[in-house]
Amino acid sequence: MKLLTAIIKPFKLDDVRNALSELGIQGMTLTEVKGFGRQKGHTELYRGAEYVVDFLPKMKIEVAVDDDQLTSVVDAVSEAARTGKIGDGKIFVTELAEAIRIRTGETGGDAL
Amino acid sequence: MRTAAIVDKPMGGTHSEAVSRPPAGRSRAMALVHLLVVGALGLAPSWALAEEVLDSGDTAWMLTATALVLFMTVPGLALFYAGMVRSKNVLSVLMQCFAITALMSILWIFWGYSLAFEDGGGANAFIGGLSKMFLAGVTVDSLSGTIPETVFMTFQMTFAVITPALIVGAFAERMKFSTMLVFMGIWLTVVYAPVAHWVWGGGWLGDWGVLDFAGGTVVHINAGVAGLVAAIMLGKRKGYPGTAMPPNNLGYTIMGASILWVGWFGFNAGSELAADGVAGMAMAVTQIATAAAALGWMFSEWISHGKPSVLGIASGAVAGLVAITPASGSVGPMGAVAIGAAAGVGCFFAATTLKRAFGYDDSLDVFGIHAVGGVIGAILTGVFAAAALGGSGFGDGNESIIAQVVAQGVGVAATIIYSGVMSFVILKILDALMGLRVDEEQEVEGLDLALHDERGYIL
Repeated sequence: MKLLTAIIKPFKLDDVRNALSELGIQGMTLTEVKGFGRQKGHTELYRGAEYVVDFLPKMKIEVAVDDDQLTSVVDAVSEAARTGKIGDGKIFVTELAEAIRIRTGETGGDAL
Repeated sequence: MRTAAIVDKPMGGTHSEAVSRPPAGRSRAMALVHLLVVGALGLAPSWALAEEVLDSGDTAWMLTATALVLFMTVPGLALFYAGMVRSKNVLSVLMQCFAITALMSILWIFWGYSLAFEDGGGANAFIGGLSKMFLAGVTVDSLSGTIPETVFMTFQMTFAVITPALIVGAFAERMKFSTMLVFMGIWLTVVYAPVAHWVWGGGWLGDWGVLDFAGGTVVHINAGVAGLVAAIMLGKRKGYPGTAMPPNNLGYTIMGASILWVGWFGFNAGSELAADGVAGMAMAVTQIATAAAALGWMFSEWISHGKPSVLGIASGAVAGLVAITPASGSVGPMGAVAIGAAAGVGCFFAATTLKRAFGYDDSLDVFGIHAVGGVIGAILTGVFAAAALGGSGFGDGNESIIAQVVAQGVGVAATIIYSGVMSFVILKILDALMGLRVDEEQEVEGLDLALHDERGYIL
Protein backbone atom coordinates (compact mmCIF):
# COMPACT_ATOMS: atom_id res chain seq x y z
CA MET A 1 0.00 0.00 0.00
CA LYS A 2 1.03 3.54 -0.61
CA LEU A 3 0.10 6.84 1.01
CA LEU A 4 -0.31 9.75 -1.39
CA THR A 5 0.09 13.21 0.04
CA ALA A 6 -0.91 15.84 -2.50
CA ILE A 7 -0.44 19.57 -1.89
CA ILE A 8 -2.68 21.45 -4.31
CA LYS A 9 -4.12 24.86 -5.01
CA PRO A 10 -7.31 25.32 -2.99
CA PHE A 11 -9.48 26.11 -5.99
CA LYS A 12 -8.54 22.78 -7.57
CA LEU A 13 -9.91 20.78 -4.66
CA ASP A 14 -13.26 19.94 -6.25
CA ASP A 15 -11.62 18.79 -9.49
CA VAL A 16 -9.24 16.52 -7.63
CA ARG A 17 -11.97 15.11 -5.42
CA ASN A 18 -14.14 14.31 -8.43
CA ALA A 19 -11.26 12.72 -10.30
CA LEU A 20 -10.52 10.45 -7.34
CA SER A 21 -14.16 9.52 -6.93
CA GLU A 22 -14.29 8.44 -10.57
CA LEU A 23 -11.44 6.06 -9.88
CA GLY A 24 -13.44 4.49 -7.09
CA ILE A 25 -11.42 5.92 -4.26
CA GLN A 26 -13.62 5.63 -1.19
CA GLY A 27 -12.08 8.13 1.21
CA MET A 28 -9.51 10.81 1.74
CA THR A 29 -8.34 13.21 4.40
CA LEU A 30 -8.20 16.93 3.75
CA THR A 31 -6.21 19.56 5.65
CA GLU A 32 -5.95 23.27 5.05
CA VAL A 33 -2.25 24.07 5.14
CA LYS A 34 0.14 26.89 4.34
CA GLY A 35 3.47 26.70 2.64
CA PHE A 36 5.63 27.79 -0.21
CA GLY A 37 7.80 26.30 -2.91
CA ARG A 38 9.12 27.96 -6.00
CA GLN A 39 6.04 30.13 -6.19
CA LYS A 40 7.27 31.91 -3.05
CA GLY A 41 4.64 34.06 -1.35
CA HIS A 42 2.81 37.16 -2.42
CA THR A 43 2.97 40.79 -1.38
CA GLU A 44 0.26 42.72 0.42
CA LEU A 45 0.08 46.48 0.49
CA TYR A 46 -1.72 48.53 3.15
CA ARG A 47 -1.49 52.31 2.84
CA GLY A 48 1.97 52.03 1.34
CA ALA A 49 3.25 49.42 3.81
CA GLU A 50 4.29 46.39 1.81
CA TYR A 51 4.38 42.98 3.44
CA VAL A 52 5.72 39.82 1.85
CA VAL A 53 3.55 36.89 2.83
CA ASP A 54 5.73 33.78 2.53
CA PHE A 55 3.18 31.11 3.26
CA LEU A 56 0.31 30.67 0.87
CA PRO A 57 -2.82 28.71 1.62
CA LYS A 58 -2.87 25.22 0.09
CA MET A 59 -4.91 22.06 0.48
CA LYS A 60 -3.28 18.84 1.59
CA ILE A 61 -5.06 15.66 0.51
CA GLU A 62 -4.00 12.30 1.92
CA VAL A 63 -5.16 9.13 0.20
CA ALA A 64 -4.19 5.53 0.94
CA VAL A 65 -4.24 3.24 -2.14
CA ASP A 66 -3.35 -0.27 -3.17
CA ASP A 67 -0.08 -0.58 -5.03
CA ASP A 68 -1.83 -1.41 -8.33
CA GLN A 69 -3.91 1.76 -8.11
CA LEU A 70 -0.94 4.02 -7.54
CA THR A 71 -0.19 5.07 -11.11
CA SER A 72 -3.75 5.85 -12.06
CA VAL A 73 -4.35 7.84 -8.86
CA VAL A 74 -1.15 9.86 -9.31
CA ASP A 75 -2.11 10.60 -12.91
CA ALA A 76 -5.64 11.60 -11.94
CA VAL A 77 -4.50 13.97 -9.22
CA SER A 78 -1.80 15.46 -11.43
CA GLU A 79 -4.19 16.13 -14.26
CA ALA A 80 -6.96 17.50 -12.08
CA ALA A 81 -4.71 19.83 -10.11
CA ARG A 82 -2.62 21.13 -12.97
CA THR A 83 -2.97 24.69 -14.23
CA GLY A 84 0.47 24.81 -15.83
CA LYS A 85 1.46 27.78 -13.71
CA ILE A 86 3.99 27.88 -10.93
CA GLY A 87 2.45 26.90 -7.60
CA ASP A 88 0.40 23.89 -8.72
CA GLY A 89 1.78 21.86 -5.83
CA LYS A 90 3.35 18.43 -5.32
CA ILE A 91 2.50 14.80 -4.78
CA PHE A 92 4.50 12.79 -2.29
CA VAL A 93 4.25 8.98 -2.26
CA THR A 94 5.28 7.03 0.83
CA GLU A 95 5.18 3.37 1.78
CA LEU A 96 2.25 2.50 3.97
CA ALA A 97 2.99 -0.30 6.43
CA GLU A 98 -0.52 -1.08 7.53
CA ALA A 99 -4.11 0.13 7.47
CA ILE A 100 -6.83 -0.88 9.91
CA ARG A 101 -10.53 -0.16 9.74
CA ILE A 102 -11.43 0.62 13.32
CA ARG A 103 -15.05 -0.46 13.15
CA THR A 104 -14.45 -4.00 11.83
CA GLY A 105 -10.80 -4.65 12.49
CA GLU A 106 -10.15 -5.35 8.77
CA THR A 107 -6.55 -4.77 7.73
CA GLY A 108 -4.51 -4.10 4.59
CA GLY A 109 -6.29 -3.54 1.29
CA ASP A 110 -9.64 -4.54 2.78
CA ALA A 111 -9.48 -1.59 5.13
CA LEU A 112 -9.15 1.00 2.36
CA MET B 1 -22.55 78.41 10.40
CA ARG B 2 -22.44 76.91 13.82
CA THR B 3 -22.15 79.45 16.53
CA ALA B 4 -22.46 80.36 20.11
CA ALA B 5 -25.69 80.01 21.93
CA ILE B 6 -25.41 83.62 22.89
CA VAL B 7 -24.95 86.71 20.79
CA ASP B 8 -21.85 88.16 22.32
CA LYS B 9 -21.65 91.46 20.51
CA PRO B 10 -25.05 92.97 19.99
CA MET B 11 -24.99 96.15 18.01
CA GLY B 12 -26.08 99.57 19.23
CA GLY B 13 -25.20 98.89 22.82
CA THR B 14 -28.13 96.68 23.61
CA HIS B 15 -27.12 93.67 25.56
CA SER B 16 -29.33 90.95 24.33
CA GLU B 17 -29.70 87.83 26.40
CA ALA B 18 -31.40 86.13 23.55
CA VAL B 19 -29.93 82.84 22.58
CA SER B 20 -29.69 83.18 18.89
CA ARG B 21 -27.82 81.67 16.07
CA PRO B 22 -25.89 84.24 14.08
CA PRO B 23 -26.95 83.43 10.59
CA ALA B 24 -24.84 82.48 7.63
CA GLY B 25 -24.89 83.48 4.03
CA ARG B 26 -27.82 85.30 2.63
CA SER B 27 -29.65 85.56 5.93
CA ARG B 28 -26.76 87.51 7.43
CA ALA B 29 -28.00 90.81 6.06
CA MET B 30 -31.44 90.22 7.51
CA ALA B 31 -29.97 89.57 10.91
CA LEU B 32 -27.94 92.73 10.68
CA VAL B 33 -31.07 94.72 10.01
CA HIS B 34 -32.75 92.98 12.91
CA LEU B 35 -29.89 93.77 15.25
CA LEU B 36 -29.75 97.39 14.10
CA VAL B 37 -33.44 97.79 14.75
CA VAL B 38 -33.16 96.21 18.15
CA GLY B 39 -30.17 98.38 18.94
CA ALA B 40 -31.63 101.61 17.63
CA LEU B 41 -34.88 101.21 19.44
CA GLY B 42 -33.22 100.03 22.60
CA LEU B 43 -35.71 97.25 22.90
CA ALA B 44 -35.67 95.11 25.97
CA PRO B 45 -34.24 91.62 25.98
CA SER B 46 -37.69 90.18 26.45
CA TRP B 47 -38.61 91.50 23.05
CA ALA B 48 -35.65 89.75 21.52
CA LEU B 49 -36.51 86.56 23.36
CA ALA B 50 -39.98 86.69 21.98
CA GLU B 51 -38.44 86.57 18.52
CA GLU B 52 -37.01 83.13 19.17
CA VAL B 53 -39.57 80.54 18.40
CA LEU B 54 -39.07 76.85 18.21
CA ASP B 55 -39.20 75.58 14.65
CA SER B 56 -40.37 71.99 14.60
CA GLY B 57 -38.78 71.33 11.20
CA ASP B 58 -35.39 72.52 12.37
CA THR B 59 -35.78 70.62 15.60
CA ALA B 60 -36.75 67.39 13.89
CA TRP B 61 -33.73 67.60 11.62
CA MET B 62 -31.35 68.40 14.47
CA LEU B 63 -32.60 65.50 16.58
CA THR B 64 -31.84 63.29 13.60
CA ALA B 65 -28.48 64.91 12.87
CA THR B 66 -27.42 64.46 16.48
CA ALA B 67 -28.13 60.75 16.33
CA LEU B 68 -26.24 60.52 13.02
CA VAL B 69 -23.13 62.15 14.48
CA LEU B 70 -23.15 59.85 17.50
CA PHE B 71 -23.46 56.94 15.07
CA MET B 72 -20.22 58.14 13.46
CA THR B 73 -18.23 57.33 16.60
CA VAL B 74 -20.03 54.21 17.76
CA PRO B 75 -19.96 52.13 15.76
CA GLY B 76 -18.58 53.99 12.70
CA LEU B 77 -15.15 55.18 13.79
CA ALA B 78 -14.79 52.28 16.23
CA LEU B 79 -15.24 49.75 13.41
CA PHE B 80 -13.12 51.77 10.97
CA TYR B 81 -10.23 51.60 13.42
CA ALA B 82 -10.90 48.10 14.78
CA GLY B 83 -10.52 46.57 11.35
CA MET B 84 -7.09 48.10 10.85
CA VAL B 85 -5.34 46.84 13.97
CA ARG B 86 -4.05 43.33 14.54
CA SER B 87 -6.52 40.75 15.82
CA LYS B 88 -5.01 40.80 19.33
CA ASN B 89 -5.92 44.48 19.68
CA VAL B 90 -9.33 44.62 18.03
CA LEU B 91 -11.26 44.92 21.28
CA SER B 92 -8.92 47.51 22.75
CA VAL B 93 -9.75 49.96 19.98
CA LEU B 94 -13.50 49.31 20.21
CA MET B 95 -13.25 49.73 23.97
CA GLN B 96 -11.35 53.00 23.70
CA CYS B 97 -13.91 54.49 21.32
CA PHE B 98 -16.82 53.30 23.45
CA ALA B 99 -15.32 54.49 26.74
CA ILE B 100 -14.40 57.86 25.25
CA THR B 101 -18.00 58.24 24.06
CA ALA B 102 -19.25 57.69 27.59
CA LEU B 103 -16.66 59.79 29.41
CA MET B 104 -16.82 62.77 27.04
CA SER B 105 -20.61 62.85 27.26
CA ILE B 106 -20.43 63.25 31.03
CA LEU B 107 -17.58 65.79 30.98
CA TRP B 108 -19.40 67.75 28.31
CA ILE B 109 -22.40 68.37 30.54
CA PHE B 110 -20.18 68.89 33.60
CA TRP B 111 -18.14 71.74 32.12
CA GLY B 112 -17.25 71.18 28.44
CA TYR B 113 -20.41 72.74 26.99
CA SER B 114 -20.20 75.75 29.24
CA LEU B 115 -16.50 76.33 28.49
CA ALA B 116 -17.08 76.06 24.76
CA PHE B 117 -20.31 77.95 24.30
CA GLU B 118 -20.91 80.26 27.23
CA ASP B 119 -19.79 83.86 27.38
CA GLY B 120 -16.38 83.97 28.99
CA GLY B 121 -16.56 87.59 30.04
CA GLY B 122 -13.14 89.24 29.88
CA ALA B 123 -11.50 86.06 28.60
CA ASN B 124 -14.21 85.45 26.03
CA ALA B 125 -11.81 85.66 23.10
CA PHE B 126 -10.10 82.52 24.36
CA ILE B 127 -12.45 80.56 26.59
CA GLY B 128 -16.09 80.48 27.60
CA GLY B 129 -17.50 80.76 31.08
CA LEU B 130 -18.65 78.32 33.73
CA SER B 131 -22.18 79.58 34.18
CA LYS B 132 -23.71 76.51 32.55
CA MET B 133 -21.65 73.93 34.39
CA PHE B 134 -23.74 70.82 35.03
CA LEU B 135 -26.14 72.33 32.49
CA ALA B 136 -27.35 74.93 34.95
CA GLY B 137 -30.29 76.75 33.44
CA VAL B 138 -30.73 74.41 30.52
CA THR B 139 -34.34 73.38 30.73
CA VAL B 140 -37.08 71.91 28.60
CA ASP B 141 -37.97 75.44 27.51
CA SER B 142 -34.47 76.74 26.73
CA LEU B 143 -33.99 77.62 23.11
CA SER B 144 -30.88 77.97 21.02
CA GLY B 145 -31.97 79.73 17.88
CA THR B 146 -34.97 77.80 16.63
CA ILE B 147 -34.15 74.52 18.34
CA PRO B 148 -34.23 73.44 21.98
CA GLU B 149 -30.96 74.13 23.75
CA THR B 150 -30.95 70.49 24.87
CA VAL B 151 -30.70 69.50 21.23
CA PHE B 152 -27.98 72.06 20.49
CA MET B 153 -26.04 70.91 23.55
CA THR B 154 -26.36 67.22 22.65
CA PHE B 155 -25.47 67.88 19.02
CA GLN B 156 -22.31 69.63 20.19
CA MET B 157 -21.69 66.79 22.62
CA THR B 158 -21.44 64.31 19.77
CA PHE B 159 -18.67 66.47 18.27
CA ALA B 160 -16.89 66.54 21.62
CA VAL B 161 -17.17 62.74 21.60
CA ILE B 162 -15.79 62.06 18.15
CA THR B 163 -12.87 64.49 18.28
CA PRO B 164 -10.97 62.74 21.10
CA ALA B 165 -12.00 59.36 19.69
CA LEU B 166 -10.26 60.24 16.41
CA ILE B 167 -6.94 60.47 18.27
CA VAL B 168 -7.18 56.79 19.25
CA GLY B 169 -5.92 55.74 15.84
CA ALA B 170 -2.56 57.41 16.36
CA PHE B 171 -1.55 55.51 19.49
CA ALA B 172 -3.49 52.31 18.79
CA GLU B 173 -2.04 49.01 19.99
CA ARG B 174 0.24 50.44 22.68
CA MET B 175 -1.32 53.00 25.04
CA LYS B 176 -2.38 52.27 28.61
CA PHE B 177 -6.16 52.41 28.88
CA SER B 178 -6.10 54.26 32.20
CA THR B 179 -3.73 56.97 30.96
CA MET B 180 -5.74 57.23 27.75
CA LEU B 181 -8.91 58.02 29.69
CA VAL B 182 -7.22 60.69 31.80
CA PHE B 183 -5.56 62.20 28.74
CA MET B 184 -8.85 62.42 26.89
CA GLY B 185 -10.62 64.02 29.84
CA ILE B 186 -7.96 66.71 30.19
CA TRP B 187 -7.66 67.17 26.44
CA LEU B 188 -11.39 67.80 26.08
CA THR B 189 -11.19 70.43 28.79
CA VAL B 190 -8.05 72.34 27.87
CA VAL B 191 -7.81 71.77 24.11
CA TYR B 192 -11.16 70.93 22.54
CA ALA B 193 -13.38 73.27 24.55
CA PRO B 194 -11.20 76.37 24.01
CA VAL B 195 -10.67 75.73 20.30
CA ALA B 196 -14.38 75.13 19.80
CA HIS B 197 -14.98 78.40 21.62
CA TRP B 198 -12.49 80.26 19.41
CA VAL B 199 -14.36 79.30 16.27
CA TRP B 200 -17.99 78.79 17.27
CA GLY B 201 -18.38 80.17 20.74
CA GLY B 202 -17.66 83.84 20.04
CA GLY B 203 -13.88 83.58 20.34
CA TRP B 204 -11.09 85.26 18.44
CA LEU B 205 -11.00 83.03 15.34
CA GLY B 206 -14.62 83.80 14.67
CA ASP B 207 -13.66 87.47 14.73
CA TRP B 208 -11.13 86.81 11.97
CA GLY B 209 -13.93 85.59 9.74
CA VAL B 210 -12.48 82.11 9.67
CA LEU B 211 -14.84 79.80 7.81
CA ASP B 212 -15.12 76.49 9.61
CA PHE B 213 -18.65 75.37 9.05
CA ALA B 214 -18.59 71.94 10.65
CA GLY B 215 -15.24 71.63 12.32
CA GLY B 216 -12.28 71.18 10.01
CA THR B 217 -9.97 72.98 12.43
CA VAL B 218 -11.85 72.38 15.67
CA VAL B 219 -12.31 68.66 15.09
CA HIS B 220 -9.94 67.32 12.47
CA ILE B 221 -6.79 69.41 12.59
CA ASN B 222 -7.12 69.52 16.35
CA ALA B 223 -7.35 65.73 16.66
CA GLY B 224 -4.85 65.05 13.88
CA VAL B 225 -2.13 67.15 15.46
CA ALA B 226 -2.79 65.72 18.93
CA GLY B 227 -2.52 62.29 17.32
CA LEU B 228 0.83 63.05 15.74
CA VAL B 229 2.19 64.35 19.03
CA ALA B 230 0.89 61.26 20.85
CA ALA B 231 2.31 58.89 18.22
CA ILE B 232 5.74 60.47 18.51
CA MET B 233 5.71 60.68 22.31
CA LEU B 234 4.56 57.10 22.82
CA GLY B 235 7.05 55.84 20.29
CA LYS B 236 6.72 53.20 17.64
CA ARG B 237 4.98 49.90 18.19
CA LYS B 238 7.39 47.09 18.89
CA GLY B 239 8.57 45.77 15.56
CA TYR B 240 7.44 48.78 13.51
CA PRO B 241 8.12 49.15 10.63
CA GLY B 242 9.97 45.87 10.03
CA THR B 243 7.29 43.48 11.24
CA ALA B 244 4.17 42.90 9.21
CA MET B 245 1.17 44.53 10.91
CA PRO B 246 -1.60 43.94 8.40
CA PRO B 247 -5.18 44.93 9.22
CA ASN B 248 -7.10 42.08 10.84
CA ASN B 249 -10.43 42.66 9.15
CA LEU B 250 -10.87 45.20 6.37
CA GLY B 251 -14.53 44.26 6.25
CA TYR B 252 -14.93 46.09 9.59
CA THR B 253 -12.98 48.99 8.18
CA ILE B 254 -15.14 49.49 5.13
CA MET B 255 -18.29 49.06 7.21
CA GLY B 256 -16.95 51.72 9.55
CA ALA B 257 -16.04 54.03 6.70
CA SER B 258 -19.51 53.58 5.23
CA ILE B 259 -21.16 54.43 8.54
CA LEU B 260 -18.90 57.48 8.83
CA TRP B 261 -19.94 58.55 5.34
CA VAL B 262 -23.65 58.35 6.16
CA GLY B 263 -23.24 59.84 9.63
CA TRP B 264 -21.30 62.77 8.20
CA PHE B 265 -24.50 64.16 6.70
CA GLY B 266 -25.52 64.85 10.29
CA PHE B 267 -22.13 66.34 11.00
CA ASN B 268 -22.04 68.72 8.04
CA ALA B 269 -25.64 69.38 7.11
CA GLY B 270 -26.51 69.41 10.81
CA SER B 271 -23.99 72.15 11.45
CA GLU B 272 -26.41 74.58 9.83
CA LEU B 273 -28.60 73.98 12.90
CA ALA B 274 -31.62 74.31 10.66
CA ALA B 275 -33.43 72.47 7.92
CA ASP B 276 -32.84 74.95 5.13
CA GLY B 277 -31.06 75.55 1.85
CA VAL B 278 -27.61 75.81 3.38
CA ALA B 279 -28.11 72.42 5.02
CA GLY B 280 -29.23 71.02 1.68
CA MET B 281 -26.13 72.31 -0.09
CA ALA B 282 -23.96 71.06 2.78
CA MET B 283 -25.39 67.60 2.28
CA ALA B 284 -24.82 67.71 -1.47
CA VAL B 285 -21.23 68.92 -1.31
CA THR B 286 -20.46 66.36 1.40
CA GLN B 287 -21.50 63.55 -0.92
CA ILE B 288 -19.70 65.09 -3.89
CA ALA B 289 -16.38 65.73 -2.15
CA THR B 290 -16.37 62.29 -0.56
CA ALA B 291 -16.94 60.60 -3.89
CA ALA B 292 -14.18 62.67 -5.52
CA ALA B 293 -11.73 61.87 -2.73
CA ALA B 294 -12.49 58.13 -2.77
CA LEU B 295 -11.79 58.12 -6.48
CA GLY B 296 -8.72 60.35 -6.04
CA TRP B 297 -7.12 57.96 -3.54
CA MET B 298 -8.15 54.88 -5.53
CA PHE B 299 -6.64 56.13 -8.77
CA SER B 300 -3.50 57.46 -7.03
CA GLU B 301 -2.90 54.04 -5.57
CA TRP B 302 -3.81 52.23 -8.76
CA ILE B 303 -1.30 54.30 -10.71
CA SER B 304 1.51 54.19 -8.18
CA HIS B 305 1.15 50.63 -6.84
CA GLY B 306 -0.62 48.80 -9.61
CA LYS B 307 -3.84 47.86 -7.83
CA PRO B 308 -6.79 49.71 -6.29
CA SER B 309 -7.40 48.62 -2.69
CA VAL B 310 -10.33 48.46 -0.30
CA LEU B 311 -8.37 50.17 2.46
CA GLY B 312 -7.39 52.82 -0.06
CA ILE B 313 -10.86 53.72 -1.25
CA ALA B 314 -12.22 53.70 2.31
CA SER B 315 -9.37 55.95 3.47
CA GLY B 316 -9.96 58.26 0.53
CA ALA B 317 -13.63 58.61 1.40
CA VAL B 318 -12.78 59.59 4.96
CA ALA B 319 -10.17 62.06 3.69
CA GLY B 320 -12.83 63.68 1.52
CA LEU B 321 -15.29 63.86 4.39
CA VAL B 322 -12.64 65.55 6.51
CA ALA B 323 -11.70 68.06 3.83
CA ILE B 324 -15.26 69.12 2.99
CA THR B 325 -16.11 69.61 6.66
CA PRO B 326 -14.95 73.23 7.00
CA ALA B 327 -16.15 74.02 3.47
CA SER B 328 -19.57 72.44 3.53
CA GLY B 329 -21.41 75.65 4.37
CA SER B 330 -19.71 77.87 1.86
CA VAL B 331 -18.70 76.08 -1.34
CA GLY B 332 -20.61 74.90 -4.38
CA PRO B 333 -20.67 71.53 -6.10
CA MET B 334 -17.63 72.02 -8.33
CA GLY B 335 -15.66 73.46 -5.44
CA ALA B 336 -16.50 70.25 -3.62
CA VAL B 337 -15.16 68.15 -6.48
CA ALA B 338 -11.88 70.08 -6.35
CA ILE B 339 -11.58 69.88 -2.56
CA GLY B 340 -12.39 66.17 -2.54
CA ALA B 341 -9.94 65.32 -5.31
CA ALA B 342 -7.18 67.34 -3.64
CA ALA B 343 -7.81 65.59 -0.33
CA GLY B 344 -7.86 62.12 -1.90
CA VAL B 345 -4.52 62.62 -3.59
CA GLY B 346 -2.95 64.69 -0.79
CA CYS B 347 -3.90 62.34 2.02
CA PHE B 348 -2.79 59.33 -0.03
CA PHE B 349 0.62 60.97 -0.25
CA ALA B 350 0.64 61.85 3.46
CA ALA B 351 -0.41 58.42 4.70
CA THR B 352 1.84 56.40 2.41
CA THR B 353 4.91 58.44 1.54
CA LEU B 354 5.20 61.22 4.12
CA LYS B 355 4.73 58.91 7.10
CA ARG B 356 7.39 56.54 5.83
CA ALA B 357 9.81 59.36 5.09
CA PHE B 358 9.60 60.71 8.63
CA GLY B 359 9.37 57.34 10.33
CA TYR B 360 6.75 58.14 12.99
CA ASP B 361 4.26 55.42 13.83
CA ASP B 362 0.88 57.08 13.48
CA SER B 363 -0.71 53.63 13.48
CA LEU B 364 -3.94 54.35 11.66
CA ASP B 365 -2.99 57.65 9.99
CA VAL B 366 -4.86 60.13 12.14
CA PHE B 367 -2.41 62.84 11.15
CA GLY B 368 -2.15 61.79 7.52
CA ILE B 369 -5.91 61.86 7.03
CA HIS B 370 -7.43 64.18 9.63
CA ALA B 371 -4.75 66.83 9.99
CA VAL B 372 -3.61 66.83 6.36
CA GLY B 373 -7.18 66.52 5.03
CA GLY B 374 -8.29 69.18 7.50
CA VAL B 375 -5.61 71.61 6.35
CA ILE B 376 -6.34 70.99 2.67
CA GLY B 377 -10.03 71.56 3.33
CA ALA B 378 -9.52 74.64 5.50
CA ILE B 379 -7.25 76.40 3.01
CA LEU B 380 -9.31 75.49 -0.04
CA THR B 381 -12.44 76.67 1.75
CA GLY B 382 -10.89 80.13 1.49
CA VAL B 383 -10.59 79.68 -2.25
CA PHE B 384 -13.87 78.02 -3.18
CA ALA B 385 -16.02 80.13 -0.89
CA ALA B 386 -15.58 82.82 -3.57
CA ALA B 387 -18.87 83.55 -5.28
CA ALA B 388 -17.01 83.58 -8.61
CA LEU B 389 -16.08 79.93 -7.98
CA GLY B 390 -19.57 78.85 -7.03
CA GLY B 391 -19.31 79.50 -3.31
CA SER B 392 -21.59 81.49 -1.05
CA GLY B 393 -19.13 84.19 -0.09
CA PHE B 394 -16.37 84.95 2.37
CA GLY B 395 -16.40 85.27 6.13
CA ASP B 396 -17.12 88.57 7.85
CA GLY B 397 -14.52 91.20 7.03
CA ASN B 398 -12.81 89.28 4.25
CA GLU B 399 -13.17 90.74 0.77
CA SER B 400 -10.96 88.53 -1.38
CA ILE B 401 -9.71 85.00 -1.80
CA ILE B 402 -6.33 86.08 -0.48
CA ALA B 403 -7.82 87.66 2.65
CA GLN B 404 -9.96 84.60 3.28
CA VAL B 405 -7.08 82.19 2.70
CA VAL B 406 -4.97 84.21 5.15
CA ALA B 407 -7.76 83.99 7.72
CA GLN B 408 -8.02 80.25 7.11
CA GLY B 409 -4.25 79.97 7.52
CA VAL B 410 -4.42 81.79 10.84
CA GLY B 411 -7.08 79.36 12.04
CA VAL B 412 -5.02 76.38 10.89
CA ALA B 413 -1.76 77.64 12.39
CA ALA B 414 -3.36 78.60 15.71
CA THR B 415 -4.97 75.18 16.03
CA ILE B 416 -1.81 73.30 15.08
CA ILE B 417 0.32 75.22 17.54
CA TYR B 418 -2.18 75.16 20.39
CA SER B 419 -3.16 71.52 20.00
CA GLY B 420 0.45 70.46 19.46
CA VAL B 421 1.85 72.28 22.46
CA MET B 422 -0.99 71.46 24.86
CA SER B 423 -1.11 67.80 23.84
CA PHE B 424 2.63 67.58 24.40
CA VAL B 425 2.37 69.15 27.85
CA ILE B 426 -0.51 66.92 28.96
CA LEU B 427 1.22 63.77 27.74
CA LYS B 428 4.52 64.79 29.33
CA ILE B 429 2.85 65.22 32.71
CA LEU B 430 0.88 61.98 32.40
CA ASP B 431 4.02 60.13 31.35
CA ALA B 432 5.65 61.17 34.62
CA LEU B 433 2.57 60.45 36.73
CA MET B 434 1.10 57.31 35.17
CA GLY B 435 3.21 56.18 32.23
CA LEU B 436 1.84 56.28 28.69
CA ARG B 437 2.63 52.85 27.35
CA VAL B 438 1.82 49.30 28.28
CA ASP B 439 4.90 47.22 29.02
CA GLU B 440 6.53 45.18 26.31
CA GLU B 441 5.06 41.88 27.42
CA GLN B 442 1.54 43.30 27.36
CA GLU B 443 2.12 44.83 23.95
CA VAL B 444 3.27 41.51 22.52
CA GLU B 445 0.41 39.63 24.14
CA GLY B 446 -2.05 42.16 22.76
CA LEU B 447 -4.09 44.75 24.62
CA ASP B 448 -7.30 42.70 24.46
CA LEU B 449 -5.97 40.07 26.84
CA ALA B 450 -3.45 42.22 28.65
CA LEU B 451 -5.80 45.08 29.54
CA HIS B 452 -9.29 43.67 29.25
CA ASP B 453 -9.00 39.90 29.87
CA GLU B 454 -10.94 39.26 26.69
CA ARG B 455 -10.31 38.08 23.16
CA GLY B 456 -11.93 39.48 20.05
CA TYR B 457 -12.04 36.24 18.14
CA ILE B 458 -12.83 32.87 19.64
CA LEU B 459 -13.35 30.90 16.48
